[in-house]
Amino acid sequence: MSLLSALARMEAAACGRARPVATVRHRHLAERPLVLVPLTTAGENGAPLGAMLGTDRSAPEIFTVPQPRDRDLRFAFLGRLAEAMLPHLESCQDEVELVERKETDPETGKRVTVEAELCADAPQVLVPTGPGVDFVRLLGRSMRFRRTAEEDPGAEHPVPPRVPLLGRWLTHYGERARVPGSSLLLSMTGLLSRHWATGQSRLEDQHLGALLAWLAPPDGLDGAQAALRAELGRDARGQLLVPPAGPATDPAFDNDLLAPAIARYDKGVPGAAREVHELVAAQLRPTWEAMWQGVELLRALPEAAHAPDRWRRDRQSYTHHRDRLRAGEPPQPRRDDAVTAARKLAMREQRQAELDAQEALDDPLVMAVRRLAGEAFLAEVLEVEMAYSEGKRPSPRPLVTVHTQDTPLLSDGDKLHRQLPTGTQQRAELAELAGPGEYVLRLVSGMGRAKEPAEGTVPQKGDLVCWTLFEHAPRGGPGLPEPEETPWTHGGPPGEPSAELPDPVTAEDVL
Amino acid sequence: MTAGVESPERPPGSGPTPASAAAAATEAILADTLGGAHRGVVVDSPPGAGKSTLVVRAARELAAAGHQLMVIAQTNAQVDDLVDRLATADPELPVGRLHSSEPHPYDPVLDRHPSVRTSAKPAELAGLDIVVSTAAKWAWVSPDEPWRHAIVDEAYQMRSDALLAVAGLFERALFVGDPGQLDPFSQVGVEQWAGQPHDPSASAVGTLLAHNPGLPQHRLPVSWRLPASAAELVSDAFYPYTPFRSGTGPGERRLAFSAPADGSPLDAVLDEAAGAGWGLLELPAARTPRTDPEAVAAIARLVHRMLERQGRTHSERDSGDDGRGAPLSADRIAVGTAHRDQAAAVRQALAEVGGPEGPAAQVTVDTANRLQGREFDVTVVLHPLSGRPDATEFHLETGRLCVLASRHRHACLVVCREGVAELLDDHPATEPVRLGAVSLAPDGWEAHQAVLARLARHRVRLE
Repeated sequence: MSLLSALARMEAAACGRARPVATVRHRHLAERPLVLVPLTTAGENGAPLGAMLGTDRSAPEIFTVPQPRDRDLRFAFLGRLAEAMLPHLESCQDEVELVERKETDPETGKRVTVEAELCADAPQVLVPTGPGVDFVRLLGRSMRFRRTAEEDPGAEHPVPPRVPLLGRWLTHYGERARVPGSSLLLSMTGLLSRHWATGQSRLEDQHLGALLAWLAPPDGLDGAQAALRAELGRDARGQLLVPPAGPATDPAFDNDLLAPAIARYDKGVPGAAREVHELVAAQLRPTWEAMWQGVELLRALPEAAHAPDRWRRDRQSYTHHRDRLRAGEPPQPRRDDAVTAARKLAMREQRQAELDAQEALDDPLVMAVRRLAGEAFLAEVLEVEMAYSEGKRPSPRPLVTVHTQDTPLLSDGDKLHRQLPTGTQQRAELAELAGPGEYVLRLVSGMGRAKEPAEGTVPQKGDLVCWTLFEHAPRGGPGLPEPEETPWTHGGPPGEPSAELPDPVTAEDVL
Repeated sequence: MTAGVESPERPPGSGPTPASAAAAATEAILADTLGGAHRGVVVDSPPGAGKSTLVVRAARELAAAGHQLMVIAQTNAQVDDLVDRLATADPELPVGRLHSSEPHPYDPVLDRHPSVRTSAKPAELAGLDIVVSTAAKWAWVSPDEPWRHAIVDEAYQMRSDALLAVAGLFERALFVGDPGQLDPFSQVGVEQWAGQPHDPSASAVGTLLAHNPGLPQHRLPVSWRLPASAAELVSDAFYPYTPFRSGTGPGERRLAFSAPADGSPLDAVLDEAAGAGWGLLELPAARTPRTDPEAVAAIARLVHRMLERQGRTHSERDSGDDGRGAPLSADRIAVGTAHRDQAAAVRQALAEVGGPEGPAAQVTVDTANRLQGREFDVTVVLHPLSGRPDATEFHLETGRLCVLASRHRHACLVVCREGVAELLDDHPATEPVRLGAVSLAPDGWEAHQAVLARLARHRVRLE
């Protein structure tokens, strides 16, 4: 935890309300996000109990399963989920813009520019918690290898037509959620705790009700009291006043209300299915409201300057998945091969570094965290001395003497970066440690190609400039071999990709 | 403990001498490497066991046998050090240093060697017997045909995905590394690949052995750096599966101070460390910021006092002509910390206690990551758990403590707040156990307790 977020937490604890740790919204928030609140059955990992979803706060759809361990009922539920979610997930496929992209021509091996489609927008899905994101991934995994009756007339338990397709979409969204800074699938607790600090621990922040209690405590209560009520408050029947945001349910609810209702359904008591539905819906509804309350809080923040750039990558990711579906490719494999795993990791590390840099550039409060950590500093320009590089075509290499009250962890030759007014990055290197807090920096880039630096690219005496020790747009690493060229150290080529077989039916699968 | 890994018996004290055991191990390694029956040979090397010497010897013998060789190290400092050693060992040997196109890409010390050619372009180094570079730089190279032989140095520090990027460059390789040092890591979540043979965030050796279980595995059995007082503890705590012993026996290394003790706790702990090889300076229990001002000040005064009292070291290599030993000067002392800001605070305190040009300011101060592979006579360590309210995975990682506790030839002084043992008891490891994930590292919690228990015998309290 950074010094500033520790301070913000202490301040929140002292004043009884959450404190901001960001001045702008660092994640894309769609005009019409699809809010999905899933619940699962205790002890049955892949057996959904119900879900509430929709893009309109006043008109959610609610699906429930009266006996979650019954495969046919589960598949019927997934079928309805597919019919409700797919129109939204597929809604941005056809409105595209044309962009230019560099590609290696397979015949000549040269880099050529090709025109490609990029979806103008992408559907966003919001779930309440981190485990909700995991549950989306699990649903995707449990659906994408299923067979429909049409695909395989002999299948023992065929699923409704569009279930495997939804599995592939949810798998894609779940995998994309692992990319730092991505916004296709986000959890509300993650979003809110990125932007506000509460007076409780990070672990407690994973409870959506308690988190919102600190953000907007009801009249007369302070954050701590309201959070305690949200976590522990129970009614006369012993039920939680604020049900958990899922996908797990409260054991008291399971034992006292849900289990008897399901038992009645199993016995064939008329109206029992309706009863289970009402019970589950009552658990879902408070979380549904909390989700939209969170959306409103986030909407009040202005969007960060770099968020659209990152959203563009999400749109690219969405477009790529669309293209793979249209090309008739098989579902995502169960496991990544060595090259795919390494590529994913390299890409995510690059995105993480980029996200860290962009958040700091977009938000003085985040930059303050980096300044306190010695990774950036705000400095006043004391003097600028023109100098040039040696060589046939001397380039400008001005020496800028700056003074800072921050304490950057700098040593000779370190590289420094700053953002120019145009938004591009300028690089400098530390030429001399002139004295306490005083540094001489040599500007080495971002001044144009001419002999004299372009207008506005060299700071002037008296300017306050923020320098960072981290790069603003970290470069990607070197390429990796193609999967079919996997070396012997990593098991050799994985062989021909083939459509994976559906999961086998086991004894536990059938009630 | 990891299931399925045998814990071999400790080498018996009455067996072969350390020198003959080490020589036998080296011969077996070279035979496997030059014999070429296997595509890979793995060598585990504990701290100071002569890993660099082995790499230099293997490189020279491969070159002498007419094989062009590529050498892959992990950092530029390691590459420069290796090239310097190669050129020093054999001034005639044509060695290429492939470097980046950044300013100051390599240590200028290499320019002293006429047979070393440096370049940022692989083509300019083509045809040389040995070309050395970092894994990151090698990954950009695409040769017409692969090298017959490679040596991968610090292979346990290398990540699996880094090996994937360069493994196409060679046909067979010798992998050398220290399994007890800091494991590679990633800033992003990698749990989705945990336990898979090609987990890209695992160590290169882990992936290599998962896919090629039949490769010969050797280990260097003797640490020439660690004194007898340290080898057993470091071996037991950090290398339970690959034990080693010290090259010198008890009493063969001695440290003594010329100036007598003044009765202060600082002098008492210095004398304890000089006699026993370990010293613990314990500050009263407190929860402190990471850059604990009192602990930092204590380290600075301890270093200052150590230099003031003019120590002399006696050992197999520096007893001196007159038998008075070698002076313990500032360049033979290091301070190790867990975090960069702690190192910065110690540096500043050292400059204050003896002046910015004083001898205390010449002492090396760095984090465990940057001290890896380096050697000093005496080290002063700020305990990674000192003053903390909790023990996270980062701080429990055995590699960090192992690096800090295994840099010294004579003595190691640890500065720590009281209460670390209780802290460990309050924070058992909570990391989930991943199916299929094999860890060759010992349990961090247990290793910490073993080190603490030993340090407790050499404790001096600073009130």
